[in-house]
Amino acid sequence: MLRFVATLIACLTLAIPATAQQADAPIQQLLQSQSDLIVKSSRRTIGPAIDALANSGLPQAQVVMDKWQTRQMWVNTETGLFIYAEEVDRDTLRIFDFADGTEIGEVPDDGYDQLKPNSGIRGLIGTALVQFQLSDPEPDTRRRALDAIERGAEESHLAALRASLGNETDTQILARKQRLERLLTIAYGETDAERIEAIQSFEGDLGVDVRAALNPLLSARIEAADVLPTDPDIGQVLSPGSEQLSRDDAYALLVSADLAKPRISVEDQRNALIENITDGQVAGIQVATLNSQEARDMAYVALADQGTVTAVATEAEVDQRLANHVFYERYVGAPPEVVFAAQAALNAIENKVAINQMFDLSLDALSLASIYFLAAIGLAITFGVMGVINMAHGEFIMMGAYTGYVVQLFIPDYTLSIIVAIPLAFAVTFGAGVAMERLVIRWLYHRPLETLLATFGISIALQQIAKNIFGTQARPLTAPGWLDGSLVINDIVSISYIRIAIFVLALLFLALFLFVMNRTRLGLEVRAVTQNPRMAASMGINPDKINMLTFGFGSGIAGIAGVAIGLYAKVTSEMGSDYIVQSFMTVVVGGVGNIWGTLLGATMVGFLQKGIEWFNPSNTLAAQTYMILFIILFIQFRPKGIIALKGRAAEA
Amino acid sequence: MTDAALPRRQPFALRFPSVMIFLAILALFTVGVTVLSEGFGMGVISTSFIKTLGKTLCLCLVALAMDLVWGYCGILSLGHMAFFGLGGYAIGMWLMYARTEIIVLESLSAAALPPTPQEVSDGIATQIFGVVGSSEFPPIWAFAYSLPLQLAAVVLVPGVLALIFGWLAFRSRVTGVYLSILTQAMTLALSLHLFQNDSGLRGNNGLSGLQNLPGLGETPQSIVSLWFFWASALALALGYLLCAWIVSGKFGSVIRAIRDDEARVRFLGYPVEAFKLVIFTLTAVIAGIAGALYYPQAGIVNPAEIAPIASIYLAVWVAIGGRGRLYGAVIGAAFVSLVSTWFTGGQAPDINLGFYTISWVDWWTVLLGLSFVGVTLFAPKGIGGLVDVLIDRKSPNRHGADLGPDHGALREQEADK
Amino acid sequence: MSTLLEVSGVSVSFDGFKAINNLSFQIAERELRAVIGPNGAGKTTFMDIITGKTKPDEGRVIYGDKSVSLLKMSESKIAQSGVGRKFQRPTVFEDQSVFDNLMMALKKTRGPLSVLFFKPAQKDNEKVADLAEQIGLSGALHRKSGELSHGQKQWLEIGMLLAQDPRLLLVDEPAAGMTPAEREHTTDILREAAKTRAVVVVEHDMEFVRRLNCKVTVLHEGSVLAEGSLDHVTKNEQVIEVYLGR
Repeated sequence: MLRFVATLIACLTLAIPATAQQADAPIQQLLQSQSDLIVKSSRRTIGPAIDALANSGLPQAQVVMDKWQTRQMWVNTETGLFIYAEEVDRDTLRIFDFADGTEIGEVPDDGYDQLKPNSGIRGLIGTALVQFQLSDPEPDTRRRALDAIERGAEESHLAALRASLGNETDTQILARKQRLERLLTIAYGETDAERIEAIQSFEGDLGVDVRAALNPLLSARIEAADVLPTDPDIGQVLSPGSEQLSRDDAYALLVSADLAKPRISVEDQRNALIENITDGQVAGIQVATLNSQEARDMAYVALADQGTVTAVATEAEVDQRLANHVFYERYVGAPPEVVFAAQAALNAIENKVAINQMFDLSLDALSLASIYFLAAIGLAITFGVMGVINMAHGEFIMMGAYTGYVVQLFIPDYTLSIIVAIPLAFAVTFGAGVAMERLVIRWLYHRPLETLLATFGISIALQQIAKNIFGTQARPLTAPGWLDGSLVINDIVSISYIRIAIFVLALLFLALFLFVMNRTRLGLEVRAVTQNPRMAASMGINPDKINMLTFGFGSGIAGIAGVAIGLYAKVTSEMGSDYIVQSFMTVVVGGVGNIWGTLLGATMVGFLQKGIEWFNPSNTLAAQTYMILFIILFIQFRPKGIIALKGRAAEA
Repeated sequence: MTDAALPRRQPFALRFPSVMIFLAILALFTVGVTVLSEGFGMGVISTSFIKTLGKTLCLCLVALAMDLVWGYCGILSLGHMAFFGLGGYAIGMWLMYARTEIIVLESLSAAALPPTPQEVSDGIATQIFGVVGSSEFPPIWAFAYSLPLQLAAVVLVPGVLALIFGWLAFRSRVTGVYLSILTQAMTLALSLHLFQNDSGLRGNNGLSGLQNLPGLGETPQSIVSLWFFWASALALALGYLLCAWIVSGKFGSVIRAIRDDEARVRFLGYPVEAFKLVIFTLTAVIAGIAGALYYPQAGIVNPAEIAPIASIYLAVWVAIGGRGRLYGAVIGAAFVSLVSTWFTGGQAPDINLGFYTISWVDWWTVLLGLSFVGVTLFAPKGIGGLVDVLIDRKSPNRHGADLGPDHGALREQEADK
Repeated sequence: MSTLLEVSGVSVSFDGFKAINNLSFQIAERELRAVIGPNGAGKTTFMDIITGKTKPDEGRVIYGDKSVSLLKMSESKIAQSGVGRKFQRPTVFEDQSVFDNLMMALKKTRGPLSVLFFKPAQKDNEKVADLAEQIGLSGALHRKSGELSHGQKQWLEIGMLLAQDPRLLLVDEPAAGMTPAEREHTTDILREAAKTRAVVVVEHDMEFVRRLNCKVTVLHEGSVLAEGSLDHVTKNEQVIEVYLGR
């Protein structure tokens, strides 16, 4: 009785959906035919099932794959029929028929198993889905499909892509599709002529995708032979011991091709000898004498003669074998004609890339030069104009940067906080500069070495105070959102907006400096005091006041530079000392007492550093080292800098 | 003309009593420390403090060199600690090689076959350079196996570098602050170079384990530290005598003249550049020797030791001690470095202000920096000036003018009467 | 008398300003010569060129028996070959004693090594004492030269020049800041020195020049305006115009 009731309930629950589902719809039949593969769900075996779906030409195939991929496909454990479902709650499913998408009803999920394809399978499904998505009415879907192809192209995509070209309406997407079609043609085109044509269409294209499509065509296998074969697909001839083919690799190649006897590593030889020690001897040779490689070689040969170990090639044999063979590359990526076309296209592209990289490097160098100029311009005033050497200049930069950081703590809006920080940083460092001039520097005019040491004392004190207040970890100074991102000119040339902003700021500072020095009363008096303080004093200028203001002005500019540098790099208590030597170099190289000299000096130092980095990109430390050495040498030949003052003015 | 007008050739000791006083104090100090030490005597002074004292003597020696080049010749070199570090590297290479060789030989001797030279060399290289991901000897280690050759390097490497740099700088008449900045740039370039892993000197790891003398694993550090202490004291004594001899004669006259008025010396017919070069190179060599004695006591030498700031501190010591007098440099170096050790070692009592506690570990550098400004402004003679007060020596009154037109010239307050 | 120094066609300019313009000048082996000229006439630059401090843009400077060009030599080489110079302001080494100053100036090998191992012989000490007596500083031999009066420093510098034993002596305003008696003494020393060597004196003070009683060269705007006895040049119309501004 109980059993009957159970069967009845089971029949009732199953009866409703079973009757509503079209078990004989073509899509369901297709699924049933692949049922084993689908349910088993292994990445290695699933291929035929997906192919069958994709190639079925059934309109529902897309829905199936879509639901499968998003884990909404379920299988009825009883009937083996596939449906897709939404989970209503933990135990209830609302199920739909694949054949026409009609809702079948809400059922408990006990009778159904969810298909959970792993990521590998989902990828395969995604690839197969692409052909449907390429013609999807929704442009976003089409774009996503193109993205998917760009990430992992397959041969089948080519046909799908070509098929979808005709009815594409969006011109942008069409352009992308066409470009992608040509890229895929390079890789999978049927005829060589077709592929070569596609390759040539990309001549001079800087896209990374083009190079990525062309490079595999050039892949080659290194082979060895007695005589160089005359096949058309032979590339470069390599000599053993060169950069592309080391001597060991070349010989290993011969060994693996059964063209030579194997060698034995020092390690294996040692182990072989140890295994054959008997009574403190190896093949009759005292173990104690085996303390050189020659002795061990002899012992091993002796063992080989006894037949205990296999004979191996001696170094002389290795050399002879290598000399008797020729090593060459054989193109395996594509037929020779395609390879040559690809090679030609790549060469053309690489030339263009080099030019663009040079341009990009120049932009980098320019922005580095602006940073050096910013760091040095305050120094150009205090050192260049007043002749006061201020080792604490770097710490003024740091003070400016920390001012910016503190302002951001109080004003969360980044744009506003930068606008507040710049004048505030100027004010803070101006005050610090004036205080320092009044308390220390004015007692030490004409004693530059003592000034150097005293300001160094201030520098270490300020650095330590900053460390005590703000800690040793780097503090962020965040740029406003509109400075994020880069101005991208092409795949190679780009420059971040923040660097552009720093460049603009450097130009503004130059203009400000020129304006103050040449167009204002202060500038006039500064020039008067620097040229002849006594004469200036007798004309009613107060040299004390002018010196104080000039020093404050130079320090204030350092503060603003600090905000700019803080945006670009991290704010730490040591950031000042990172720039101080380079700043002095900039001023000295440019020629003391001349703002144009400082500009040229910064440009030279910036370009030099980037240029050296270009030769050895992995090592910025080395670049800095060589740059400093170069500057030391440069000063040997132009001790007064690029723009040198001559005559009596220079000696004053 | 009377005989009284001529200087009598008195013995060196009588003409320069300060030299004899200094040597006597140094000898007493050395004996005293030895007696109180753990290794030989009463054990009042710990081994680590013996090392601190030994290191301080080396710092005094390099300060002497700095005084010679800056106080006497007016060249504010910001590179002498680089020469000091190079001396340390030169001896450190041998110490590290020889000690690693012993370890490697020991571990290989257990193997079934006696090691080949190549195996030994590979073993040492892996031990030393494993930390920078290499197992091969860079070319600059070619002589590391030989103590005499590395000892020669202690003298030659700083000497030749100073010779080349000095020749370039002096011949193009770079003087004053420009020269200081140039020497600082040289120091920066050198330390940046050493910071690289492929410099061949283990990058920022530096050379370590230098306190263990090869072949003397059995000797306790308390004894070894005394040996180095004595060697440092001897080197300081010899260095002091050498410097005193140099500055006492006509050579001393000429270099002091160069400090105060270089152009005038040139018109007297002296090749100023050659004199500067001799002094610069000689002091670089002294600095190298001092470094070679210092770093085995410190145990580790790394590129941070060569950073430009170290050389500026050296100038600070000399200035605080009083430049232009040899004992001033020694006093300055000893005083500042020992006080520094005391403060940064956490021994100084913190000052509680109620709302804030001044912890000297954090604030000592601030105090040092500011006190240095104070010395420059208010006591140009430094601590050495106290001696003048003691023996009632007065300065000439030149109404505030310096003793010469050059940037390195003595200030009026610094000059002796 | 043969020529010791020949300057011909020398010009030098600083930032476009011609300090020396096609200047030519000769002096014999034993001759006293006064050079006068208004401010900015190029007197100091002229001395700078001879002593090697300033390199001219063009022209020749030929010196000595072997007619060597001074233009390729460094200051110290020129000084070693026998050209001594006294500056306008007294420049002695103030931190050192009069004895040390004179000993440094004494004609000896100047290389660093020979200086390092130099030990004064009895002869050298006597020479220094003699010089000190000649310049009236015997009593101050062991005083720091920084303590000397302005006039004494002038003397010391002249003493140092004599110690160098130069063949050509260039003296810039030797009498500045001296008392009349000291001037007299200076005149004597210069005239005495000119008996064994060539002496060029740059001076403003006409009385002093008159007392030197020698040939006079007038410089103006970087070139020679007139040359001859003092009476001869003071009658020259151009000289009067330049000096009196008529």
